[in-house]
Amino acid sequence: MDRFRTIFQYFQSNSESVMNGICGLLALVSVKMYTCFDFSCPCLPWYNMAYGLGIMFVPPVALFLCGLILNRQSLVMLEEWRRPQGRRKKDLAVIRYMCSSIMQRAMVAPVVWIIVTLLDGKCLTCAFSSSVDPEKFVGFANTSLVQVQQLLAKVPCKDDEFMRNNTSRKAVIRYLHCWSQALGWSILLILIIAAFLVRWLRPCVNQATLLQARHWSNYIDIEQKIFEETCCEHSRLFAHKCILHFFKSMREEIKLHSFSSPEAGEGAEGEEDLLRGITDQDQVNKLLKMWYYEKPPLDVCRATQRHPLGQEKSPLPWADSPGTHSKFPQHISV
Amino acid sequence: MDKFRMIFQFLQSNQESFMNGICGIMALASAQIYSAFDFNCPCLPSYNLVYGLGVLLVPPFILFLLGFVLNNNVSMLAEEWRRPQGQRGKDPAVLRYMFCSMAQRAMIAPVVWVSVTLLDGKCITCAFCTSVPVETLGNTSHLGLSQGEMKQVLARIPCKEIYNGQELIANEVAIRYLRCISQALGWCFVLLMTMLAFLVRSLRPCFTQAAFLKSRYWSHYIDIEPLHAARNPPQPEPEQKPHKELRRLQNWFQQLFKLGRSSSVRQRR
Repeated sequence: MDRFRTIFQYFQSNSESVMNGICGLLALVSVKMYTCFDFSCPCLPWYNMAYGLGIMFVPPVALFLCGLILNRQSLVMLEEWRRPQGRRKKDLAVIRYMCSSIMQRAMVAPVVWIIVTLLDGKCLTCAFSSSVDPEKFVGFANTSLVQVQQLLAKVPCKDDEFMRNNTSRKAVIRYLHCWSQALGWSILLILIIAAFLVRWLRPCVNQATLLQARHWSNYIDIEQKIFEETCCEHSRLFAHKCILHFFKSMREEIKLHSFSSPEAGEGAEGEEDLLRGITDQDQVNKLLKMWYYEKPPLDVCRATQRHPLGQEKSPLPWADSPGTHSKFPQHISV
Repeated sequence: MDKFRMIFQFLQSNQESFMNGICGIMALASAQIYSAFDFNCPCLPSYNLVYGLGVLLVPPFILFLLGFVLNNNVSMLAEEWRRPQGQRGKDPAVLRYMFCSMAQRAMIAPVVWVSVTLLDGKCITCAFCTSVPVETLGNTSHLGLSQGEMKQVLARIPCKEIYNGQELIANEVAIRYLRCISQALGWCFVLLMTMLAFLVRSLRPCFTQAAFLKSRYWSHYIDIEPLHAARNPPQPEPEQKPHKELRRLQNWFQQLFKLGRSSSVRQRR
């Protein structure tokens, strides 16, 4: 449990760590999905190829898109790319850096799926069993073309009635498995060599630009997070002020319409301050009714004088004025 | 227990995290319910289709509604939608934003159910076993069965122990064929949903970012305003009396509210 907690805390320590964590999690999910998936080759001439190649390539596309969706930085990058220039220039190198790091992370899960599929061998066996050369295998050598296609298509299904006692079937399967695993290991080797070369040669080319791009992409990410947190904090304070003004205005109205009980004299003045003039059940009910039927305006700078019910309409505080598309937030009066 | 407490603490750290947590739990619950569910195809000609499609489509609908029920913001949205305008205008864009974000979260469990069902293959096998192309996969020629009788035989494909049409079409061939179609549909469905989610998420910053920021701020405000009033008073600063008073007032106010509600119920009776 402790180990899990430390790993969790490490991954949450900064946003790059979080993204690496999500990337790793998605790769594990892809392996788990493959092992849980019940692969059943249709063993029919044209369907085999469609099924085998479909299982090999369609889930990686879905995993790639998932990798893009789950990565918060992709949204940040898109916003930075599409925003109007305003008073802050856009740096294309930063956007390119963010794009390449997002793509690299999103590619991990699909590549893991393809490699696991190839190393397992079932997909390629199913897809290409009809494409092997029948002359190489004794059991299929002297049959007509149509029949051999049908027989070869049934090779991946060991429970099929034609294949149950067929010895050449195992030979075909071993042959195809061998090709599949060779392809799998070769792809893995090529990818690892490519990653190794990129990581080793990168400092030799444009290291200063890289450091700048990394710094500013990190900055944009953090700025976005802090802006969201500040907005949340601001909305809490705004709500607090609005409600205080609402209680104040209720107290004024109650004073105006003499709702307060005549017995609450000077002795109870201290308590009345705490209760803001709402001292009995009727007043509380009226306050609650007011809260529902007439929510206070979203403007804490207005005077606390209230007009009679329903005659006052505040201007919409969230009405957008045209042309306000600058990057900097609008000033809201509090 | 420790593991649950830690996960629970992380999920409660903020409102959005909490909602994402509920969403994830419902997705896992839907996969678990499917694996626990004992699927029994009736193996009768017209019942198969109804049963298969029923299991495929009715639970997702229930899970979708459950997603709304478990979301605490639903009552907030309904209240904001139905309240009289009063002194504060209503913005339909904010209401639309709140509804869309709730609907997106509620869609996850049904999508997981439909994907798992299609990838497993039992539902489609049961529903469409009478539509298997017997001419290409089996032999219809020398059996002389009428349409109705053939349908009766084909309907028993999912039930291996009572299947009696081995000369018509081999049971394994038919099941493999149907399962292949089902899994192909399943992966296409998963791909389609992922593409849709990707498009929705990535097109927003390209077109409506300013409106989105506005809607997000005000929907969060609407969300915390009553909560803030009732449960989370601001941290009191020692030199400023009004905040302490507000907290005491709010506690008292809560008690009065409970009292007022119970007495108004008694009055109505």
